[in-house]
Amino acid sequence: MTENTVSSATVHKIAALANIPVTAAEEQTLTVSFNETLDVIAHMSQLDTQNIQPTYQVTGLENVWRNDEVEEKRIFSQEQALANASKTYQGYFVVPQVIDQD
Amino acid sequence: MLHTLTLKQALDKLDKKEVSLAEIWRDTETQIQAQNPELNAYLAVSKTAAATADQYSNSPLKGLPIAVKDNFCTQELPTTASSTLLEGYQSPYESTVTQKLRATGGVIIGKTNLDAWAHGSSTETSQFGRTLNPRNTQYLPGGSSGGSAAAIAADMCLGALGSETAGSIRQPAAWCGTVGLKPSYGRVSRYGVVAMASSTDSPGPIGKTVEDTAILLNQIAGHDPYDGTSSSQAVPDFTATLNKGVKRLRVGVVYLDTPGLESIKPYYEKELAVLESLGAHVEQTEALDPHYAISVYTVVQRAEVSSNLARYTGVRYGKDRSYFGPEAKRRIMLGTYTLSKGFTDQYYTQAQKMRTLFLQDYEKLFAKYDVLISPTSPSFAKKIGATEGSSMFGELEDMLLEPSSITGIPGISVPCYRDPATNLFLGMNIMAPMWREDLVIQVGDAYEKATEWNTWRTANG
Repeated sequence: MTENTVSSATVHKIAALANIPVTAAEEQTLTVSFNETLDVIAHMSQLDTQNIQPTYQVTGLENVWRNDEVEEKRIFSQEQALANASKTYQGYFVVPQVIDQD
Repeated sequence: MLHTLTLKQALDKLDKKEVSLAEIWRDTETQIQAQNPELNAYLAVSKTAAATADQYSNSPLKGLPIAVKDNFCTQELPTTASSTLLEGYQSPYESTVTQKLRATGGVIIGKTNLDAWAHGSSTETSQFGRTLNPRNTQYLPGGSSGGSAAAIAADMCLGALGSETAGSIRQPAAWCGTVGLKPSYGRVSRYGVVAMASSTDSPGPIGKTVEDTAILLNQIAGHDPYDGTSSSQAVPDFTATLNKGVKRLRVGVVYLDTPGLESIKPYYEKELAVLESLGAHVEQTEALDPHYAISVYTVVQRAEVSSNLARYTGVRYGKDRSYFGPEAKRRIMLGTYTLSKGFTDQYYTQAQKMRTLFLQDYEKLFAKYDVLISPTSPSFAKKIGATEGSSMFGELEDMLLEPSSITGIPGISVPCYRDPATNLFLGMNIMAPMWREDLVIQVGDAYEKATEWNTWRTANG
């Protein structure tokens, strides 16, 4: 076992962080596949990357701006914006309660 | 039989008035009705598109039927990314690519199946059922653009669009005996494509021939102000390097000695000799072990997935997060893990540093070679059910394509062998430096025309 073996407790915690509902059975299978994946990528530390800068993007583009102008044709109407919502109330999205929940 | 025409042949025949657009649509729709119930390449087929096709007869694509992967937002047909979470979602806007397709006369005949959220390399993880490989229905089509590749292989469209994050165009193209072209990252807009890994997502064409993919790329390439990562690089005519041959081109062969490729290596050696006989200088060369790219891709992709899929809350659109399938859950959570405090340096930052090493490796290689060639996939298409219980299936299948994906360079897969016993294909992956799609098209086209492996060329002459 490598030092980065993930326990089902960690998987439980990650599920909560990612807001993914998982059953106890799923937690078990996810723990197994997490460790499978970590095993496959365990060789990462072998490559010497001292003095190597990370690459986050490959286009070389930087500071891409647009003019701060309202673009009418890209704006949804209220009707369009709400069309796919599961629940609406008087022209608003209804969101789940988050206060007073764990 | 007009559905069996290549895109180029159909355009020529329409020009010469040898066939009518209505006949092509009729034959293609008949083929879909006959084949799709078994193959499940299309998730949705347009009932109204055929009637609208005629108005495009003077445009570059002349109203011909094009299949689009179901992760491009379209206003007419639903967009699901093969996920039940998005089942019933009707996009209020159109992706830039499909807008461009429409503007140049490509008419969307249907939306094609993929691995759910494009997470996979088999189309077996679609939440609306797997797609079968038309070349042999005991086998998988590959993925994630498996529906588009299968639609081409079964002549259920004349051209198709897919998207590749690491192999998702080229690998299904190879497994289905079709041509798949992954453009340079930033060449084609991502606006309106269901986001997976934003730093590598690259929409591109799947077609019957290299020429067909070049024609399609001409319609969809170019800068888009709605995608901040799309490039202002000048867009050439991608058909300009067809028929140019490969004389004196320097070809470096990579990854052929990777363990696990022993059984397919002889086929490639034989096919590389064809390029040599056409006048190219072909030699095998050392490259950074592609196994490392698996790790880079796995870490970067999961991290970007965890961020991109955070938007699905079931509030503004779609259903709630309990609808994610096992693969999406796994990827979101692994990304959350590698980005969490204490692990970022070890995984995420280390992966991005390794990405730099791959960029440096290619820079070195492209100083010596005009193009690099490798097998597309380590194997022929895998059997139905192969993904079950294999959490790293896609990454291992896409190993030979991941270095080019994480570095953003273009690549094309062309059929380079057909196994007579199974009717399954191998693909040759041709890669070139950033923005040099013209080179992969040139080499792919020359090779395709010199060999017998493209079934449309052999059938239609």
